[in-house]
Amino acid sequence: MISYSVEKEYQGLVDAYEKAGGDRSALLSKDVAKLVIHQNKVLSADGVTGIKIETKETETGVNIYFLVEEGAKIQRPVHLCFGVLPREGLQEIILKVNAQDNSEVNVIAHCIFPNAVKVIHKMDAEIEIGNKAKFNYKETHYHGDFGGIEVIPRARIKVGKGGVWQSTFTLSQGLVGKLDYDFEVFCQDKGIAELVVKAYGKGHDDIKVWEKIHLNGVGARGLAKTRLVLSDKAKAEVKGETYGNAPYARGHVDCIELVNGTEAVAKAIPIVSVTNEKAKVTHEAAIGSIDKRQVETLMARGLDENEAVDVIVRGLLR
Amino acid sequence: MLEVENLQLRLNGKLIINDLNLHVNKGEIYGILGENGTGKTTLAHLIMGTNNYKPTAGRIIFEGQDIADLSVSQRAKKGISLAWQEPVRIEGLRVGDYLKLSGNNFGIEPVKHCLGMVGLEPAQYLNRDIDNTLSGGERKRIELASLLAMRPKLAILDEPDSGIDIISLPLILNGIVGMSKQGSSVLLITHNEKVAEIAHRVSVLCAGKILMTGAPAETSLWFKNNCRACVHINVPVEEAEKL
Repeated sequence: MISYSVEKEYQGLVDAYEKAGGDRSALLSKDVAKLVIHQNKVLSADGVTGIKIETKETETGVNIYFLVEEGAKIQRPVHLCFGVLPREGLQEIILKVNAQDNSEVNVIAHCIFPNAVKVIHKMDAEIEIGNKAKFNYKETHYHGDFGGIEVIPRARIKVGKGGVWQSTFTLSQGLVGKLDYDFEVFCQDKGIAELVVKAYGKGHDDIKVWEKIHLNGVGARGLAKTRLVLSDKAKAEVKGETYGNAPYARGHVDCIELVNGTEAVAKAIPIVSVTNEKAKVTHEAAIGSIDKRQVETLMARGLDENEAVDVIVRGLLR
Repeated sequence: MLEVENLQLRLNGKLIINDLNLHVNKGEIYGILGENGTGKTTLAHLIMGTNNYKPTAGRIIFEGQDIADLSVSQRAKKGISLAWQEPVRIEGLRVGDYLKLSGNNFGIEPVKHCLGMVGLEPAQYLNRDIDNTLSGGERKRIELASLLAMRPKLAILDEPDSGIDIISLPLILNGIVGMSKQGSSVLLITHNEKVAEIAHRVSVLCAGKILMTGAPAETSLWFKNNCRACVHINVPVEEAEKL
């Protein structure tokens, strides 16, 4: 087992963060709210005006309280960096978010596990989005090439009247390992929820995505969108559920899974339910191989077949 | 530049392309005029190598080399490209990036120029995805712009006017003429004799066979008089041969 000093840990994580596409300067800037956690150690936790971040280290992870104060419009994105650099480890993040009324914030999270051989990363989040508050959350994972990681992100999100929750979870660098994603959103009147998951499964990756949106308020809107690409022996199961429970609620479930090769397995289970006659929920799901005409169009521009497939996959997961 | 000799394609026992001969000169716009289902798109596939079509007989010679065994990429690298009748949508691929890769990763200014040539305002389109948020006409113009970016030696345009509104059509036609002026040969496939009029020469295709070749005005008139009123479009080749 490698032992890391805090300084080395921080440096190592920042290096990995940058390699994973993160903005290194943001983690070093004093004007940017940020939180850097390695395993169960908080290496950096800085708020800015309008943002308060409280943390408590536990034996296996960190408990986080993240507050966006009422009316605060945070200009620069908040950066979160969670990671485990050793080959083995457990990281359990318990996250409580309170975005108070009329607040606005963009949060960019990078989760970094470049050497994982036997790593578990769990996140359990309780999130409250206040009335007319806007919270945009983008989580990007970087997993190395060993595939020895289990990622279990779970979130329960309540969106107040006129509030907006938008989240994008992307896992396209390195092997996924095991992913068990489970997000559930409850929207009040005119609340908006958009859940987007993008992942590229390779090797023996095992992906489970479960997106649930409850449109409980008048005029609430929801989108559960998934984009997966599967190669080799990867398998995936996507459940997209949307419930229209109030007048003029509008929801849509949109799932595309591309299977590249003969051994990958993809499954999609859209569930749409309406309990109010004035609500409307739709769904579309497409599973199949990469469109031959798309490939040939790019080949007719001079790309090799593999290059063409790569452009299509990168586009879908962008 | 391109010579098609005694080309034949038989699919499921049916003769789709029947002993077809044509040649396209450098910088020439060569029109293929025919009703729906006469083999125009199949001819485009055979020349580009798409859709797994391989000639049953005959040769396709490009710059002196028989290209029948080359892949689509290899043909493209030799300078042949194709714009489909219904261009595909590729989610997440930006217009600007599509044109850049078509132009072998050239810079942003040429990309803007190509969009301008087909009447699309670069600022409005560069960062848009080539997905179903684009109208059919926009998508067709982007396809043409991608060929302008690529500057192929031979551009095959399959029904560039189909699904195009009246305002967009002149922009498309200008783009095709512009392509010819910048040195590309164009194989212009259409069922619209008005569109064929921008060509230098036009051939009429029926049941996979070329019935006549001539100047646009002459061919268009012949097509109008003989093909528009014909009751055996794509019925057996023998019928067409009696015309």
